Amino acid sequence: MSAAAPVAIHPVFGRLSLDALPLHEPIVVATFVAVVIGGLTTLALLTRYRLWGMLWNDWFTSVDHKKIGIMYMVLGLVMFLRGFADAIMMRLQQAMAFNGSEGYLNAHHYDQIFTAHGVIMIFFVAMPFVTGLMNYIVPLQIGARDVSFPFLNNFSFWMTTAGAVLVMASLFVGEFAQTGWLAYPPLSGIAYSPASGVDYYIWSLQIAGVGTTLSGINLIVTILKLRAPGMTLMKMPVFTWTSLCTNVLIVASFPVLTAVLTLLTLDRYVGTNFFTNDFGGSPMMYVNLIWIWGHPEVYILILPLFGVFSEVTSTFSGKRLFGYTSMVYATIVITILSYVVWLHHFFTMGSGASVNSFFGITTMVISIPTGAKLFNWLFTMYRGRIRFELPMMWTIAFMLTFVIGGMTGVLLAVPPADFVLHNSLFLIAHFHNVIIGGVLFGLFAAINFWWPKAFGFKLDVFWGKISFWCWVVGFWLAFMPLYILGLMGVTRRMRVFDDPSLQIWFVIAGIGAVVIAAGIGAMLVQFAVSIWRRDSLRDSSGDPWNGRTLEWATSSPPPDYNFAFTPVVHSLDAWHEMKQAGVKRPESGFRAIHMPRNTGTGVILSAICIVGGFAMIWYMWWLAALSLLAVIAVSIAHTFNYHRDFHIAADTVSETEAARTRQLAGAQAAGGA
Amino acid sequence: MRDYVIGFVLAAILTAVPFWLVMARPLPNDITAVLVMAFAVVQVVVHMIYFLHMNGKSEGGWTLTALVFTIIVVVIMLSGSLWVMHHLNTNMMPAIHDIR
Repeated sequence: MSAAAPVAIHPVFGRLSLDALPLHEPIVVATFVAVVIGGLTTLALLTRYRLWGMLWNDWFTSVDHKKIGIMYMVLGLVMFLRGFADAIMMRLQQAMAFNGSEGYLNAHHYDQIFTAHGVIMIFFVAMPFVTGLMNYIVPLQIGARDVSFPFLNNFSFWMTTAGAVLVMASLFVGEFAQTGWLAYPPLSGIAYSPASGVDYYIWSLQIAGVGTTLSGINLIVTILKLRAPGMTLMKMPVFTWTSLCTNVLIVASFPVLTAVLTLLTLDRYVGTNFFTNDFGGSPMMYVNLIWIWGHPEVYILILPLFGVFSEVTSTFSGKRLFGYTSMVYATIVITILSYVVWLHHFFTMGSGASVNSFFGITTMVISIPTGAKLFNWLFTMYRGRIRFELPMMWTIAFMLTFVIGGMTGVLLAVPPADFVLHNSLFLIAHFHNVIIGGVLFGLFAAINFWWPKAFGFKLDVFWGKISFWCWVVGFWLAFMPLYILGLMGVTRRMRVFDDPSLQIWFVIAGIGAVVIAAGIGAMLVQFAVSIWRRDSLRDSSGDPWNGRTLEWATSSPPPDYNFAFTPVVHSLDAWHEMKQAGVKRPESGFRAIHMPRNTGTGVILSAICIVGGFAMIWYMWWLAALSLLAVIAVSIAHTFNYHRDFHIAADTVSETEAARTRQLAGAQAAGGA
Repeated sequence: MRDYVIGFVLAAILTAVPFWLVMARPLPNDITAVLVMAFAVVQVVVHMIYFLHMNGKSEGGWTLTALVFTIIVVVIMLSGSLWVMHHLNTNMMPAIHDIR
């Protein structure tokens, strides 16, 4: 359908009018009021304590990979709270809407919520968390001062944030897509979704996608070019290896997403018929293309966490990782195989027996390297001196949970079984089982593991354990009922139910969601308590877990330049070997260090992109054209900025390192006493 | 500099010939289409060798590795999509006589 929706396009405001404000939705209005109050309070506090300068100079404009990494994590956390709010609203609706009750959400609102939940959790929670983690850890693990392109890194972060801002704006101005998280046409076409929802979806993902792709390129180059001398590929820490493969996947697959969304944009904006029902369009092509991106995306999310589990298991077992080489090859095999399984997401679309068999078999094959990894972790623990600290607890919870999710995945890989279970709650339970049990548990392991590196003090164990148990118990309570419901044939994205015998399972799942909420609350309390009592949790050694890789060789938090001298690597587990060999920290002979200078260009470009995206969503063509010109102008102007670097004076380095020497002596004296 | 000139001349020839084939139509349509695509493939190779300086040694072999990986992925995506879409088209699209 090429006819544009019959809306009046105002020459200045496009199709934006006061009707776009969802004043008729009391839930949204209440949320809006709460957000305004919260936002104003935050702004007032920032002004009151004069923090704007600090935020701008030390954080927003920073090109330091450590600060950008932390900002990514904060973005992920904020969006996680939004995504979880969506989740618990769905759970409440589904637990209520029985026996003729409509629940408390109308269809229009409910459909936006499940779409927003999926989009936010994948693109604006999991991706920022994973990218932030890689940003912080990878340069430290390979003994580098920063990533290869520090400004690009800052720009990537702000583009991701711009996408998140647009998604959040859709809550209060207009609407979000009601199409499900992948926006399948023809439903997402202009004929069936004429309003602004799908446009918010398209433009937020396209803008954030720029950031994701660029940060992928940045990290690949960093890993290939900036490794410390002696660190050959097969001496790289496993986390760096999995990060490398993840970023290769990002760079090779995100262009497909960009292209397919561009085609959808053309369908919606200029009346082409790539994915429409008539005029030769094929909606099936959209499904095919978006899963060519979508399946590698799954591994983009999980591979870095496999690296985290490897680091955690070997550190807390006090042994080198079992089967390092097989771990690396398993990762590479997964990287390639992740491109030949995409059809298992649409077995039921009708490709027939030959195609379905091929993709069913490849899907089962890809579980083999993953299984090999699991055995490697088990053998690493075997006869190790295991310390059950929080990161290790999360890792063991992951192993137990993820194996179940993996097995239900292999079950779904059998095409005849998939014909029964496709689009059922069984599928929902399966992918939450692997994403929560794999990605989120891995992130929590990573946060507990590397927090002391980032901030110089450990996280509180008591609240960490409460959060851990709430999360694990809550997860099983919330998703086991969904497996059962799925086997009984309940499909996903339902708003009301007829069969009253199903209600009990939705109530149990709802209770599970509340327990998870308690886990999230306990985690926030854990952060707060740890910051409050940071002096008693202080780690001055820089190596609180008896770590094995280079990031533990420097102070916590690391100085701006990470390492005063680039370390020389002789084996895998470089820092462990340095400790064994008793390598002395150099205490003199420091030189000035060449560093990149902060710049506000990333923030400015991102702000312009928000305006441009908003203008495209609301058909304000003049503003969109202006934004495009502004992006080009600012980018060109930035190339004339010749003040991009500076030197940290040798004296400053000497002072920093001398302070570190005193700190270490103090730590040793305290440890000895 | 020499590489760039060779590349430029080759690229110009490889563009002009298919252009002429399409405008003057000295050959049947299907042969023209195949020839245009063949010229396009050669054009890609010329760009990679003369403008992007790809060979087995540059950047310690990483350029070649990246190229091989890209080719693998692109071949998987294109051939897989053609295969999948062919089956979907055969199985799921109504035949012409069904539409009334």
